[in-house]
Amino acid sequence: MSGGEIVESFVVPVHPHTVLAPQQNEGWSKLRAAYDDAAEIISNSGADLLIIYSTTWPSIIGHQMISDPNPEWVMVDHDFHDLGSINYSFNIDAEFAAQWNAENHSRGLQSRCVNYRGFPIDVGSVVALTLLNPDNKIPAVIVSSNVYADRSETTVLAKACRDLVKKTGRKAVAITAMSLSNRMFTEHIEAKNDKIHSLKDDEWNRKILEFLTEGRLEDVGQLSRTIQQQIRVQKVVNFKPMWWLSAMNENRNDLTGKVLAYEAIHGAGCAVVHLNPTPSGVGDKEYDEDEVEVFSGERGVLDNIVSSEEETISSPADNGPELWDPTNAEGSVNTDAAPKPVGAYPHARRVGDLLYLSGVGPRQPGTNAIPGGPIHDGNGKSLNYDIKAQTQAVIDNISRILEEAGSSIDNVLDVTSFLIDMDRDFKGYNEVWADTLGKVGPTRTTLAIRALPTPIAVEMKVIAKI
Amino acid sequence: MAKGEIVAGCLAPHPPHIVYAENPPQNEPVAEGGWEQLRWGYERLRESLKDVEYDAIVVLSPHWQTYIGTHFLGLDNFQSLSVDPIFPNLFRYHYDLNVDVELAKQIHDKAHDAGLTVKMMTNPDFRVDYGTITTGHMFRPEWDKPLVVISSNRSRDYYSVEVMQEMMMELGRVTREAILDSGKKVVVLASNSLSHRHFTTESKIPEDMSKEHITSHAMHLWDMRMIDYMKSGQCQRLIDEMPEFTEQAIAETDGGAFTWLLSTLEVPDYPAILHGYGTIIGTGNAIVEWPVYQHKGE
Ligand SMILES: [Fe+2]
Repeated sequence: MSGGEIVESFVVPVHPHTVLAPQQNEGWSKLRAAYDDAAEIISNSGADLLIIYSTTWPSIIGHQMISDPNPEWVMVDHDFHDLGSINYSFNIDAEFAAQWNAENHSRGLQSRCVNYRGFPIDVGSVVALTLLNPDNKIPAVIVSSNVYADRSETTVLAKACRDLVKKTGRKAVAITAMSLSNRMFTEHIEAKNDKIHSLKDDEWNRKILEFLTEGRLEDVGQLSRTIQQQIRVQKVVNFKPMWWLSAMNENRNDLTGKVLAYEAIHGAGCAVVHLNPTPSGVGDKEYDEDEVEVFSGERGVLDNIVSSEEETISSPADNGPELWDPTNAEGSVNTDAAPKPVGAYPHARRVGDLLYLSGVGPRQPGTNAIPGGPIHDGNGKSLNYDIKAQTQAVIDNISRILEEAGSSIDNVLDVTSFLIDMDRDFKGYNEVWADTLGKVGPTRTTLAIRALPTPIAVEMKVIAKI
Repeated sequence: MAKGEIVAGCLAPHPPHIVYAENPPQNEPVAEGGWEQLRWGYERLRESLKDVEYDAIVVLSPHWQTYIGTHFLGLDNFQSLSVDPIFPNLFRYHYDLNVDVELAKQIHDKAHDAGLTVKMMTNPDFRVDYGTITTGHMFRPEWDKPLVVISSNRSRDYYSVEVMQEMMMELGRVTREAILDSGKKVVVLASNSLSHRHFTTESKIPEDMSKEHITSHAMHLWDMRMIDYMKSGQCQRLIDEMPEFTEQAIAETDGGAFTWLLSTLEVPDYPAILHGYGTIIGTGNAIVEWPVYQHKGE
C-alpha cells in the first residue's frame, strides 16, 4: 500500500478550561469555538488517524506511546482541580502505536508502548482528544515528550511516524498539544482578568503565529531554541513540539496556515492553529539546520564495555555467506587489498584495454568489517547503518582493485549501483558519489534491489579502462 | 492544649523502583528485588522511629507540581490506582490514604496569612501523585497515620532557585508554627532524590543491579558533599549551596521539598543520621533522619 499522508496539522492548547469552563471567559470560549472548528475540519478531511504529540506528558526512557485500545479514567488537573473532572474513554490505534515503536527502534530511538489500565493520560492529550474527536470516530495515537530529547531525537521520532503513515496508506492529522508562551500567573486570578502574562510573551506569540499563518512551519522549528529562551519557563531543555510538527510535514515552509484563535489561559499563550499541506506559494527557508535521519546520540550508558552493535561490526563473518578465494581465468585481476568474493569469481577481468569488475561492496579486506555498520545483526534484527560510510568504503575497494590492475579510479567509465533501500539511502549515497566518482564523470545507473548476499546496503558494478 | 511538636524530619526519596522491588500487595508488577541499599535504609529509618510517637505525617512531593502557589490535599480520604506516568511498568499501586485535613488547613491558613499563594484541593477524583505514595509507603507501609500532602510549587522554574528557597523557607516556617499550634506530634518528610540525571535506557530486567550506578562522577561528588554537610550538622551550608547543587547536579531539590524540610526543623546544627544511600536509574538517593526527639530543649 502507498499514498499515506498528513492531511491536516493543528497546534492546540493544553489547559482544561476549554473543556470545563469556556463560558467563564470570552477568550476561553473563543478557544473552545476554534477547537470545535478544528474538529469540523478534521471530520471533513477524511482522516483515519489522529497523532498527538503532547508536551504535558514528559518521559525519561525515550518516548512512550499509548497502546491501550480503550483507555478510560477521570482526569483532574494538578493546578486547576477546582474546575472539575474530565471523564475520558478514547479510541486508540494500538497497532499503529506498535508499528511506530518498531520504526523508532530501527532509527536508533528508545521508545516503548504503554498499555496499563489506569495509566494517567496527560491533560493536554485529554483536552485535545475530547474536543477534536468528540465521538471517538477516528482512532488516535498519543506520544510523550522526552525530557532530555533535543532536535535530532524529536525530528527522527516524527520521521519514523511520517514514513509509517506513508507506508500504511493512512490519512493522518498531526497535532501538537502545547502552549506558546507558557508562563502562567503564579497567583489565583479572576477569570475575567485573564490576559497574556507579559507584553514580551504576547509579542513573541504573535511573531510565531505570523510565521504559521504564512505556512513557515520549518522556520518556527528552527527558531525553537530562541523561542525557548524568550518565552518559555525552563521546565524542560527545549521547545520541541515545532520540531516534531515540522518534520511530520517534511520540514516544509510553504504550508497553508490559519490561526483559528489566540487567547490567554491563566497567562499562558494559547492558540488553535490550522496548517494544511496545500502549498501556499510562499516559501524559501530562512534557516537551514541539517537534515537528520537516524538518532545516534548517547544511549549506551548501561553498557560500558562494548555495545552489541560494535560487536557485530567486528565479526560480520558470522553473519553472511562463506568466503571464497577469487578464481583465476585468463586476464583475471585479484588482490588481497579487496574483500574476498562470496562465490567463484575474480575481482576483475581484463579484455583488451577494458577492465570489468565484479560487484564491489564495502566489506574491509582481511577483517570483513563493514564501515558504517551492517544492516542487520546475526539474528536478522535491523541495525542502523551509515550509508555514506558504506558508499565511501565501496569506492575505496574499487580504487584498490583498479590500482592492482595498473589503472585508477580516474579511469572509471560506467557504474551500475545497487541500493537495498532507495528511500533511505539514495541521498547519502549520492552525496559521497558527488565528492568522488561524480568528479571523474562515469555514466551511472542506480537500481533498488531487495537484498545483497552480505549485510550491506550498497554495491557497485564497474567498467574502467586501463 | 499541649504544644505541638515536630518529632523528626526526614529526607525520604520516592523513586517507584523501591516499592516495585518490595512487592507489596498494593502494587501490581512483580520484581525479583533490587535497590536493597535503599530499601534497607528505609528499614533502618523505620526501626529508628519505632518507639517515637506521632499523630501525623506531613509530606512534600515534587510530583504534585503546581504553578499557581502551593496546594494541600483537602479531603479526608483518597483511594484509587496510581500509575507512574514515567515508569508504568514498575508502579501501579492501589492506595488508600487518610488526610489530616484539619492540620492541612491550619498550615494553609498560616501560609495564606504570610502572603503565600495557597489552595485546598477538594476534588474527590484527584489522583494522588506517585512520589507521595512511594514515600508514604516506604516510610510507613501500614498507612495507619493520617498525612498532610503539600504540592511542589514550581517557583524554581518560574524564577530561580533563590526565589524558590525564599518561598520554601517561609512555607517551612509557617508549617512549623501551624504544627506547634496544633498540639500534634508530627514527622515531616521531604520526598526527593539528590542528583537527578537519569539513564535514558532501562535494562531488560529493571532490577538488574549489575546495571545500576551513578550517571557520572560529578554527580557522585555532589551527593557526597551534601551528605557530609547533613552528617556534620551543617545545614546552613546546605541551604547556601542549594542553588549551585540544584543546577549542577540537576538535583530534585528544585521542587523545594528539601529546603522546606530544613526550614521546618529551623535549619538544624546537629548531625543527621544517614540510613542509606544508593542510585536508582542513575539518580542519587539518600535516606536521612534528623532525630529532633533526641535534641529536645537544646
Ligand atoms: Fe522524582
